[in-house]
Amino acid sequence: MASAKSLVGEPRVDLEQARAHGLSDAEFERIRQLLGRTPTFTELGAFSVMWSEHCSYKSSRKHLKTLPQKSELVVQGPGENAGAIDVGDGWVAVFKIESHNHPSYVEPYQGAATGVGGILRDIFTMGARPIASMNSLKFGAFDHPRTRYLLGGVVGGIGGYGNCVGVPTVAGEVMFDAAYNGNILVNAFCIGLARAGELWSAKARGPGNPVLYVGSATGRDGIHGASLLASAEFDAESVAKRPTVQVGDPFTEKLLIEACLEAGKTGAIVAIQDMGAAGLTSSSSEMAARGGLGIEIDLDRVPLRDQSLTPYEILLSESQERMLIVAERGRERELEAVFEKWDLHAIVIGEITDDQRWRARWRGEIVADIPVAALADDAPIYDRPAHPPVARTPAPIRRSVEPRADTALRAMLSSPNVASKRWVYRQYDSIVQGNTVVGPGGDAAVLRIKGSRRALALKVDSNPRACAIDPYLGAVASVVEAARNVACTGARPVGITNCLNYGNPERPEIMLQFAEGVRGLGDAARALGAPVVSGNVSFYNETEGRAIPPTPTIAVLGVMTDVSRHVTAHFKNPGDVIAIVRTAQPSLAASEYASIYGGGADALPAIDLGRENALIEALVAGSEQGLIKSAHDVSDGGLAVAVAEACFNPEQAKLGAEIDLAARGLAGIVELFGEGASCVVISTGTPHFQALRREFSGRGLKLDDIGRVTADARLKLAPLIDEDVNALYRIYEDALPGRLASDG
Amino acid sequence: MKWGVVRFPGSLDDSDSLYALRDVMGQDATMLWHKDATLDGVECVLLPGGFSYGDYLRAGAIARFSPIMRSVEKFASDGGLVIGTCNGFQILCEAHLLPGALTRNRSLSFICEEIHVRVENARTPFTRAMRQGDVLKLPIKHGEGLYVAREAELLQMEERGQVILRYCDADGRDSEDANPNGSTRAIAAVANDRFNVFGMMPHPEHAVEAMLGSTDGLGIFRSIASRS
Repeated sequence: MASAKSLVGEPRVDLEQARAHGLSDAEFERIRQLLGRTPTFTELGAFSVMWSEHCSYKSSRKHLKTLPQKSELVVQGPGENAGAIDVGDGWVAVFKIESHNHPSYVEPYQGAATGVGGILRDIFTMGARPIASMNSLKFGAFDHPRTRYLLGGVVGGIGGYGNCVGVPTVAGEVMFDAAYNGNILVNAFCIGLARAGELWSAKARGPGNPVLYVGSATGRDGIHGASLLASAEFDAESVAKRPTVQVGDPFTEKLLIEACLEAGKTGAIVAIQDMGAAGLTSSSSEMAARGGLGIEIDLDRVPLRDQSLTPYEILLSESQERMLIVAERGRERELEAVFEKWDLHAIVIGEITDDQRWRARWRGEIVADIPVAALADDAPIYDRPAHPPVARTPAPIRRSVEPRADTALRAMLSSPNVASKRWVYRQYDSIVQGNTVVGPGGDAAVLRIKGSRRALALKVDSNPRACAIDPYLGAVASVVEAARNVACTGARPVGITNCLNYGNPERPEIMLQFAEGVRGLGDAARALGAPVVSGNVSFYNETEGRAIPPTPTIAVLGVMTDVSRHVTAHFKNPGDVIAIVRTAQPSLAASEYASIYGGGADALPAIDLGRENALIEALVAGSEQGLIKSAHDVSDGGLAVAVAEACFNPEQAKLGAEIDLAARGLAGIVELFGEGASCVVISTGTPHFQALRREFSGRGLKLDDIGRVTADARLKLAPLIDEDVNALYRIYEDALPGRLASDG
Repeated sequence: MKWGVVRFPGSLDDSDSLYALRDVMGQDATMLWHKDATLDGVECVLLPGGFSYGDYLRAGAIARFSPIMRSVEKFASDGGLVIGTCNGFQILCEAHLLPGALTRNRSLSFICEEIHVRVENARTPFTRAMRQGDVLKLPIKHGEGLYVAREAELLQMEERGQVILRYCDADGRDSEDANPNGSTRAIAAVANDRFNVFGMMPHPEHAVEAMLGSTDGLGIFRSIASRS
């Protein structure tokens, strides 16, 4: 029997020690069985991170398997560092979204920064050059004492890292809600482009091939980030876990991007993986496991920031900007030369073996010797119980005096959830690389592909308020909204990545939310023909026993065939027809209006996925034929806010809109401010209206002419609203910076 | 004209500059590596934007010691044309090839947005294809773009016409709101007293295609290219 040696002075390994590492009693027993002995302290550390919820997906795997993962465009589904979709003209888009919630709550700047860094590495380890980032941020109530600090830190961290690596941040969402007071969400997305047929793998091949360590030296930062920080609930002690948060170095990351992409051209890279969560342990064991091989690491050769690091710490460190590469034997020198050019070290620290064991040596001793599969594949898979809470208490529906419609509109435009997020996104470089056709502030970002007429559209969306009412329908709504935003630009949705943020999965009511969320995601993705190619699950988003609302964050990739036909959200010319198309009647349930004034409902309107898909098809067809001048999705704040936003073109003198609500049967609070149903505000030249209308009617949808674009910069929604567009625009733009500057 | 774009570790707009010159303008342009001493016989050196060496000490402070900067200094002293954009401007100031310095934005935060600048002196190799008073719409994206110089130096620069671009509103008027980073005298670009070294915070290379927002950056590159 293979054995590993415990080191002098190491803590004793017993059940209590295993529990302190976050392992259950049954898991510890299973480890003892797999090894045929008690693990050493170093081995226990390795199991605890690899079998953590964060790395093993032990509670979610059963459900994730039900998601649609294939289409004729899918080049790579889940299982590698990121998913990939063929976007045409010889290009493959590689993309993924990941959470960095707990680190960002504990240390917002570094937590968010390293979230950006980690997702970038998942993309370029696929051989793709990162071309854009997005993010989805959820903070506590705007006036909560910690919110300002967290907002400033997170936005600063995203900008500080993203701006320095030269990848534009092109879209995102920011929401404030008391439900996140004790547990913010920071979900980071990245997309890259690679030539078709040139993707790299994280699957080790060839016993005898050397294993190279590339990038920053290993320090003590981030130890147990994955197991203790990401895989447990929060409590008052959590801030004491700050040392488990890693520190980012974007300059080294930029060098790594350039050096790795250049090294890839040598053809000497067999496999490559980021040392992300669970660091050297996960990257080495996962690459070996994918290839059905073994790996041996000499810890004495690992570059260290501090020579006193123990084997346990070296293996578990989550120091950033480090990569592990399996190279073709005999071609190490070629790779070393590239990394030296970029002032980075590439050091051989081990080799691939054929004995399917994960072995680590240190100062002449074997300190870990574990079957690779036991570590990487044999974590238990749980079918956790899922059922509703015993006593279900529907959220009380507050009702207050109904405000005037114009007062309500102004209140909504100044609400931090609806107001312009310019204060946030102007801190991000959104234009570097020179592909950003539509940047932050649009319905979806549009990126051209140089040398091609094609363009990509990107959108990240979530709808926790809807998910709190109905975790299934809320997830469906999040998918269709993100896809609809992409379609508003004229792009066809082709792929999805998701970050599933939930509470503690050991609680049956949370597990039910999760199962329902995955079911909704799957149903919507199937209906839209947009498979889920990558993703991440973040459980244990709870503080003091209070879970966040279910928050599946959905990012959708769309492709348009001709970038010159892309559509933006703003009205273009006076006299154009303003029209709306809806798939169902709106509702105040889960609306911004209800969150301000009360009067919501406790059930969401049903969603007809066939009609949602038809709406997307019609938007794409209309754009491709050049029939649409502007298209803007109705979301937070409802129709009134959407029409106002369509008038808010920052690039030109403001236009107005004249709509006779009474004549169109729209003169009610629910019509004006309701959300829930899919609704798009479109403008088109009068000569094109009938042709465009046929695109919709041919698909069973009705495009209603509701008014005209005007030159006078007045928003007239007769008889309820008659406001100066420039005044509304100032409210919309000044709300966030104004509130951040005042009462601080 | 043959252009050389210097790639420092941490340069970000290097490829975008090369794309603007080569693909959009059809110029002969090549990438120069910071560790090399040779300038490859180029007629104009462009120091691009980015975060050279992470800007960890101070923006541009480390890049000025790169081997290629010895050659750039020699090239400039021989009268060669040098343009620095954003981080390139910061490097040129650190290298004392341009007067003044660039410090943290008034807002203390990074700013990425489209702004307007007014051409203050059109009789330079960098602005000759434009007219004095022309208003350009260009993007900025920097955290350290607040231009400062000693008062006596500023007066001398104004007198000699070394202030080349100034932040203004869309109609070309001075206004406090139109000065995005709080630069002294709303200075966005300056030249040396021989008018062969030029630095600007806005990014002309990101304003060369209408689809991406503006083509006003072409005026800068065309001015330089029209010399030969």
